[in-house]
Amino acid sequence: MTSLQELYGRKGRHVTDMNANDITRVEELAYDLKIEEVMSSDIKSIDPDMTMADFMEFLRFHRISGAPVVSEGELTGIVSLEDLIRSLSEDDLNAPVSKYMTRAVITANPYDPVVKAMETFSRTRLGRLPVVGQDGHLMGMITKGDITRGVLLALQKDYKEEEVRKYRASHLFEDIVSDRTSLILRYNIKVRDFTHGGEASSRIKRALLRLGANPQVARRCGIAVYEAEMNLIIHTTHGGVLRVEIEPHQITMRAVDDGPGIPDVDLALRAGYSTASETIREMGFGAGMGLVNIRRCVDKMELDSTPGKGTKLDMRIFLQPQDSFREAGYFEEEKKSP
Amino acid sequence: MKLMDIIKIVEGTINNPSVNTNWEIKGGCGADLMSDVLASAQPDSILLTGLCNPQVVRTALMADVRAVIFVRGKQPLPETVELAIQENLPMITSPYGTFELCGRLYRAGLPSFERNLLMTGND
Repeated sequence: MTSLQELYGRKGRHVTDMNANDITRVEELAYDLKIEEVMSSDIKSIDPDMTMADFMEFLRFHRISGAPVVSEGELTGIVSLEDLIRSLSEDDLNAPVSKYMTRAVITANPYDPVVKAMETFSRTRLGRLPVVGQDGHLMGMITKGDITRGVLLALQKDYKEEEVRKYRASHLFEDIVSDRTSLILRYNIKVRDFTHGGEASSRIKRALLRLGANPQVARRCGIAVYEAEMNLIIHTTHGGVLRVEIEPHQITMRAVDDGPGIPDVDLALRAGYSTASETIREMGFGAGMGLVNIRRCVDKMELDSTPGKGTKLDMRIFLQPQDSFREAGYFEEEKKSP
Repeated sequence: MKLMDIIKIVEGTINNPSVNTNWEIKGGCGADLMSDVLASAQPDSILLTGLCNPQVVRTALMADVRAVIFVRGKQPLPETVELAIQENLPMITSPYGTFELCGRLYRAGLPSFERNLLMTGND
């Protein structure tokens, strides 16, 4: 990623401050954004038959330092201030532009990622590149400035989108009016799927934070539901389902599976008791603290298991008035209460 | 304590340098069993562990652990690093063992953020 560092004037990859986040996103954008999306398409091109004298006037008028030369829509060369100086020194201002222009032009492909153009900039030390379609048609010009502007615009858009998302989510319960509103999230958990283990829980925690949950509440839910998710992955026959119902005043989480069931529920609830195998322990699980952890994190836990049939684990967190999600009519309620 | 100071104390290297390392770490905890982490680690702590699989990242996220130190020069698995980048969790490898690392950090003033669940009961 040398070219990016050049573009942003950084030496090495040692970014240690808050902008580290954005830098990674900038790097991503260098691959995501297409040249076509950031190039300037309002270009001033000239005809190969224009005289160098007219070209000089053209540069002065538009306040630019070079231009692509186009004949019947196709790029035939590029002519710059340097070429003009050469014609001046030879006192040859009446010659056509085609005599002094550079014919072997390095171009950019409109559908390539922006990082390609940056590589070309750093390799050739050129300041601008004509962007040419497959048919040789000139589509635009790209400069380092265009890239910086494009990346900044995209970053701004990202930021706004996340803000809008958060705003919308945190007002969900206010915006939708019903006698009892709830949001239900369901996740199918596959048995032995350690690679994705915890993914559902991460999503649940993120959803709660987006909805405006108190971070402490989101943490308690996250831990409880993660332990339940790992139990489904480690101990069940066919995996199971995680279901989270979010209501303004409470969060109800349920993990259900169809077997094998727990023979001795009291024993399973004892701290340090585990039936996990040595392999599972090597993966960092089976401390025998799962259900103990869950009980600690939630306000109400119910474990219902039938050997041979399956297990249902209900977990509930009641939200204190100051932590509850704002409902429609929230403000009226507040005014009514003494 | 600043995470960057901790990295110096443990003579660590960052496995995913692109993530945000500007965290203020309030305490430390050490465990290899993830349920132990969930049971004992308090928010804004750093985790010392020998476990290198992606579950370390998931566990850290759930427990609001801000960074992970792998002990005895252990390298996290590529999928662990990938997930950590995605979730913006710094992963540090230190050449020292758990005992040495706890000692160094504790001496430098980082308190224990491990709670004994069985003794304190519900929180």
